[in-house]
Amino acid sequence: MSPNVTRILKTVVRKLLQLLIVLFCVTLFTFLLVRFLPGDPEDLLVPGADNTGDPRTDQIIREQKEEVRSDMGLDKPLPVQYLEWVSGVATGDLGFEYSKQSKEPVSDRVGLALPSTLQLIAYSQIIALGVAIPLGVLSAYGQAGVNSKSKRVRKAGKIFDRAANATAFGMLSLPNFAVALLLAFLVGVKLNPSLPEAIDIRPQGYVAFGEDPLDHIFSMLLPSLSLAIGQIAVYMRVLRSDLIQTLQEDFILMAKSKGISNRRVLWRHALRPSSLTLVTIAGLQVGTLIGGTVVIEVIFNIKGMGYLIFESILTRQYLMLQSCVAIVAVGFVLINALLDVLYTTLDPRIRHAG
Amino acid sequence: MSAPSLAKTADRPLRTHDGDDEPLLVVDNLSTTFASDQGPIRAVEDVTLRLQRGRTLGIVGESGSGKSVLSRSIMGLVPAYATRTGSIRYEGTELLDAGPRELRKIWGAQMAMVFQDPMTALNPVQKIGAQITESIREHLDYSKTQRRDTAIALLRSVGIPEPERRLKQYPHELSGGMRQRVVIAIALACGPHLLFADEPTTALDVTVQAQILDLIEAQQAERNMAVILVTHDLGVVATRADEIAVMYGGRIVEQAPTQVLFRQMRHPYTEALLRSIPRLDLPSHTRLEAISGRPPDLLHPPQGCRFAARCPYAQPKCHAEEPELVDDGTGHLFRCWYPVGIASEQTTIDSVVTNAHVRQVGDEIATDDVVADDAATAPGPAVDGRPPAAPASADATLAEEDS
Amino acid sequence: MPVDAPPAAVEAQAAVGATGGPADPEGSSAKRGLGAVGWVAASWLIFVILVAFLAPVLESTEIIKDPVSADAEAGPGAPLFTEGHILGTDKSRRDVLSRLVWGARSSLIVGVGAVAVGMLVGGALGLISGFRRGRADTALSSLFDILLAFPQLVLALSLVAFLKPPPPEVATDGDVVEAAGGLTAIQILIIAIGIVAIPLLARITRATSLTWSQREFVLAGRAQGARGLRLMIREVLPNVLPAMFSVALLSIGIAIIAEGGLSVLGVGVEPPQASWGNMIAENRSVNRDPLNALFVPMVVVFFTVMALNYLGDAVRERFDVRESSL
Repeated sequence: MSPNVTRILKTVVRKLLQLLIVLFCVTLFTFLLVRFLPGDPEDLLVPGADNTGDPRTDQIIREQKEEVRSDMGLDKPLPVQYLEWVSGVATGDLGFEYSKQSKEPVSDRVGLALPSTLQLIAYSQIIALGVAIPLGVLSAYGQAGVNSKSKRVRKAGKIFDRAANATAFGMLSLPNFAVALLLAFLVGVKLNPSLPEAIDIRPQGYVAFGEDPLDHIFSMLLPSLSLAIGQIAVYMRVLRSDLIQTLQEDFILMAKSKGISNRRVLWRHALRPSSLTLVTIAGLQVGTLIGGTVVIEVIFNIKGMGYLIFESILTRQYLMLQSCVAIVAVGFVLINALLDVLYTTLDPRIRHAG
Repeated sequence: MSAPSLAKTADRPLRTHDGDDEPLLVVDNLSTTFASDQGPIRAVEDVTLRLQRGRTLGIVGESGSGKSVLSRSIMGLVPAYATRTGSIRYEGTELLDAGPRELRKIWGAQMAMVFQDPMTALNPVQKIGAQITESIREHLDYSKTQRRDTAIALLRSVGIPEPERRLKQYPHELSGGMRQRVVIAIALACGPHLLFADEPTTALDVTVQAQILDLIEAQQAERNMAVILVTHDLGVVATRADEIAVMYGGRIVEQAPTQVLFRQMRHPYTEALLRSIPRLDLPSHTRLEAISGRPPDLLHPPQGCRFAARCPYAQPKCHAEEPELVDDGTGHLFRCWYPVGIASEQTTIDSVVTNAHVRQVGDEIATDDVVADDAATAPGPAVDGRPPAAPASADATLAEEDS
Repeated sequence: MPVDAPPAAVEAQAAVGATGGPADPEGSSAKRGLGAVGWVAASWLIFVILVAFLAPVLESTEIIKDPVSADAEAGPGAPLFTEGHILGTDKSRRDVLSRLVWGARSSLIVGVGAVAVGMLVGGALGLISGFRRGRADTALSSLFDILLAFPQLVLALSLVAFLKPPPPEVATDGDVVEAAGGLTAIQILIIAIGIVAIPLLARITRATSLTWSQREFVLAGRAQGARGLRLMIREVLPNVLPAMFSVALLSIGIAIIAEGGLSVLGVGVEPPQASWGNMIAENRSVNRDPLNALFVPMVVVFFTVMALNYLGDAVRERFDVRESSL
């Protein structure tokens, strides 16, 4: 099978090369973007202006700022700064977060922030897919025509589809932060007081799983739900659309003609070829969500990556911002690459088309 | 519904042709109507058929004639918005009002269908082996090894080399002809008694078509299986079917045993079909005879004969009144006020035989003397494929409005 | 390559196709005009636009109150149908109705403005990219892909930070540097969200432009010697426009929501000026009944975005030319 192996190797190498180029561009762009943000970081750290008119104080201030600048490495030429930073990121040194007294490694903060964001994404996807897939399958089936002698059942199928569609449509129109606020209100004000003491669903910031599993679930429940609602709508519609088309194909009819049950035809035959778009979009969502959880995290006080980025913009921690955004963007790119690999498993036709 | 006879159909002993008086399939006045936004579409109207074990019925018609709908209607593979009326009796049991569960027991085990395009009929993301064994698992009580062995045997019997390797392959890895063989294998997996072949060769290369048809015939002989062969190609059924039914506009317009049909075509549409087949024995550059016009609108069918708009022999009566299906006494049914006739079966069958996908007939047909009597009334040999002027047929209905 | 699929809900909706839309795929109602729901949606939008447009008039004729002044008589967070404040007041005692009206103005300006920016730049780039293909296309597409790798909200945030006038303490060298042209918050938002929208809209336009550019009538035009630019504008553009209009409608909804998100993060339209987004953001920590100051703008945003989505879908279905309608 040697020619096959060389072919696979070639594709892998080619893809890796593409990946590296993209990563390079992404990090470069992040670097440049941050460089062009207004204001100099050292101005925030060194109190006092250097233009008071008194030459001595000016001098002192200026020197202090110079010191901070060189400490931050901002006095080096740009390409050097970039290279140092990128090599740092590759090896795990994400730079420092500077405060008036000390500087903390960014990697520490990222280490704390990343898990919560990843968990948030994972939970929201599980909820979203868990609801969207059955909904999508059932509404496609209802729309395509439930195979039943009873006209009423058939009509019910169509009505279900219509209702599901309308709900999805509504869910798409409501921004996830609005959902978050609504849920927070509903639960915090309406629901919580009527629950027993032990259960407190009010989101009070992130609680790690290791600390207290129950609290962890509670703290993540509402945020994940808020994120999931919009996604349920998108996933359901996409799946339903593909499924309806697939159900019209000949091989579905052939499967039926073998005498197997409708349920089996639906889940085993129709679902898999129709899931391609869903997987694409779900994958891309995961990619975008890494940085897209900002608003939800802020609302629910979860100090994840989004929150970190937000904070770093506000506090002008540009080095931290750089590294965080780079991580997020790189994550997105990597996930995309993974998606491509996933395709070949899902659809063998792509595997052989090479 | 007799459950015991449905399970383990493969174990039932094969019966021979003779001694098989009871038809396997009896269809009476079957009509299929589709509900649509603009109104009911009468895709199949008033079809009556009989089919014995081991025999082949050919259903011929152009696109839109309702032939595919007919085969699916008989099997019951119609969508929910289709209404069927009439009667379908399979081995004595009425199937028309059978519920989904009953039908599922029959599908695959008793009746199976071979579809037109093997590329779209096979699940593109499922391995070949799985697609075959799925059918077996549904109806037969085999162990995993038995299923696998059966699948291999099936693939071998349909002429696929290296069957063990094929089991793990996907449909797109096979050629068109092989895919169709796989489809046939899947259809035959549980030993059905009735096979519907819905344009089984239309999507294939001409060179492969004969092989596939031969395969179906061979399997039929081996299993004593009844076959309903649906096609638009009169040439295909000329040598493969025992009886032919010609459909137009959802109705059967002519129906007869094959030799009878070719010896004496009665319906202008059948004649037109025959004439439209390209023939090798004519001088080159002879214009192909196409049938002008379009199929009738099944939403608002015409008042008279459905073929009248395109019929070269149409008379006023044809447009006004729809003819009934009449039997001329020899089991030859046709639906026409002014039937035609093509003489000399020799010319017609021979010319049809030269098409690549039809096997050589040789002497078989020529020695058949079933309709010797009727031959006397036939006007004479066809010249250039054109029949002579309206024949003096023994049929009485012609007498009145002869212009 | 499957990765032509989209990163955001807009393109996802555009890709979903007719059967995913609200109209019944089996029936022909999709082609028969807007339908009842469509007209309701359109009326709502027209109403909102009108009201927003007429906000100054409405205020001067005292149909609505002043959105920024606190009413000393009414309590904070007054419920609906309070005397003098039909929709109640928010926590700073400002009239909700008038803020809603003025907020419509701000939100719509931001929404439409951002999409306009995105369409003009992104649409043009996408059109060219899909038409010319070749190297220009590869370069542009790669650029867009890289831009799209960035989380959109973060990009918008950074851009807003970039464009915002720096606070006075950080004056450099004595001169108080004027902010980039003295941009107002609304202008900043339009630019920021617009820039973020560019790669997305460019991608979608490119896809449509690609499909149309490969049609025979374009080739025919080329064969007759028509020059590139002329051909593109006269043949491809008119066909791409309806699809882009549909995308534009959907995008306006998303832009409005984006402004809301940015408001929650504190960088939206500057209070005390009202926008739907900052109304939601400001009143979010109210944790007692009644919540009209929070609910009312939410409901309004919901209906507006839904109307935009519905019409966007309807327009797309109307103009969606399927090749093989067998």
